[in-house]
Amino acid sequence: MQDQEDACRLTGLGRTYGKGVSAHRALDRIDLTIRSNEFFTLLGPSGCGKTTLLRLIGGFDQPTVGEIAIFGRNVAGLPPEDRPVNTVFQTYALFPHLTVAQNVGFALRMLGRPKAEIAATVARMVALVGLEGMEHRRPDQLSGGQKQRVALARALAPGPKILLLDEPLSALDAKLRQRMRSELKALQRETGITFVFVTHDQDEALAMSDRIAVMQGGRVQQLGKPEEIYEAPANRFVADFIGGANLIPARIGAGGAMSEGLGVVPAKGDLGAEVTLAIRPERLAILPAGLQQPGDLGPLRVTERIYMGNELSFRLEGASVPLHVTLPRGGLRGAQDFAPGDSVCLRAEPGAIRVLAS
Amino acid sequence: MALFDTRSKDIRNLPGFGLTATLAVAFLYAPILFLVLYSFNSGRSISRLDGLSWQWYQAVFANEEIAGAALNSVLLAVIAASVATVMATAAALAMVRMKVRRRAAAYAVLNFPLMVPEIVTAIASLIFFSSVGLGLGFGSLVIAHTTFCIPFAYLPITARLTSMDPALESAAADLYARPWRRFTLITLPLLAPGLISGWLLAFIVSLDDFIISSMLSGPGSTTLPVHIYSMLRLGITPEVNAVSSLMVAASALVVIISGLIARKQT
Repeated sequence: MQDQEDACRLTGLGRTYGKGVSAHRALDRIDLTIRSNEFFTLLGPSGCGKTTLLRLIGGFDQPTVGEIAIFGRNVAGLPPEDRPVNTVFQTYALFPHLTVAQNVGFALRMLGRPKAEIAATVARMVALVGLEGMEHRRPDQLSGGQKQRVALARALAPGPKILLLDEPLSALDAKLRQRMRSELKALQRETGITFVFVTHDQDEALAMSDRIAVMQGGRVQQLGKPEEIYEAPANRFVADFIGGANLIPARIGAGGAMSEGLGVVPAKGDLGAEVTLAIRPERLAILPAGLQQPGDLGPLRVTERIYMGNELSFRLEGASVPLHVTLPRGGLRGAQDFAPGDSVCLRAEPGAIRVLAS
Repeated sequence: MALFDTRSKDIRNLPGFGLTATLAVAFLYAPILFLVLYSFNSGRSISRLDGLSWQWYQAVFANEEIAGAALNSVLLAVIAASVATVMATAAALAMVRMKVRRRAAAYAVLNFPLMVPEIVTAIASLIFFSSVGLGLGFGSLVIAHTTFCIPFAYLPITARLTSMDPALESAAADLYARPWRRFTLITLPLLAPGLISGWLLAFIVSLDDFIISSMLSGPGSTTLPVHIYSMLRLGITPEVNAVSSLMVAASALVVIISGLIARKQT
């Protein structure tokens, strides 16, 4: 069954730049399996190794150690032109002296396909990305979004087994980026090609991916579905990087976790263990201090009220670290409002408090 | 009212700008204008204008020695510029892929000849060619001109190459182009404006060269600047002005062509 086959299997993959004391381990022996037909995202801050990993899969760089298998075939040592993978580059890298049609047909021309076949595929790809009528334009006559589509069509034209996308949306403005997200996702479903998408934008990753690998320091910090990554972060880094979280140092005591200024927070763990409590800002309710019940966090003082249109956010002090709460505007919870100086307490939704090893 | 007055920052609005600019342009072009003006003199003087005529240009075109020297110069410049452009391209392609420190070292080695006084290069070439038994003549001229043309051809080529997105070659490789086709289909067409201006610059430098040519040219391989110099020794007539004016015109033409190419590419 095609669907069960692994698109890309990385085994003990490492890449070190430089030698001796100045050596920099960009990738630290990564083991990772990307499934066939999935939209897989490598997510992390700059310098986390995500682009290095993409370059290794594409063949633009060779690993220091480890193996890369693409649909079961070991591709170690092969140059990009011998891999069944195509890339959408961050800068698009469209050939400026060639027309849209020539750009899209470039790979097929290199593969020596007949002219009629090239023309038919180019027409199909141009239609797929909605650029009919632009075939004879040159890249400098296109808008950013159109260039992006040409880059996609060009990479899809030879029918790659895996499509690599290196931050392809980062050069677009916010509105266009939103639209391209849905288009990319739809394109992936339509073509059934495995997408490996690199980004530092967590919203992008959450919105499009089947699975996400969160990377930091050349390692995969967590691998999972968007819901798993967001709801159940494996460690401090993931909790903080994805969506932001209140990270509160605490110690497990009898009946819960003790944290300075917050009292006893309902949490489980080994007695006496130093832990970090992670709570998403939108999974807390904010109440007047007078309504505090056992298990609530507080009392705390509002130091800042931040209005963001669809959301209202408060910064609170009184615990060992400043805390943040985000409320939607409108609806029941949105009816709550406070001003700096108010004394309040926080009530966490059931299951909202995650205990992470510190 | 604007927060910052940009007009006052513009150098063109400083007092005395117009006068300074006019004087500077006059300083640059006055001697050449005089040269061109007296090339049309109907008399034999190069300091007193008797009237206007084409006679000295007719004399130049009738002079077989000048025609021969001009042909030598153009042939030499075409060969030297072409070979130098190929070599400079190879150097630029190799150097753009080097690590920063090695590239700086290679750059210094390649461009050092530009700093060496030309008379030194000329004497060194003369001594070298005679000691290896190459002798004087067109062959020696070609080698010497090619050598000093390389750094001139290299500069525009490497400028163009470093401004190219390195992802373009990666993209070509990703789209199954093998190294030779990546070079011929992507790198070379995009490099073309740099190659053309590099070639033109080398051509002009070779065409205008006097010192090295005067040391290395043998009988029958005299270049135009060397021939003009020998004409001076027989007394200056407006014929020298006429042939010099023609060289100025040729140089200006090359500059205009190269400017047009540069503008088309941006």
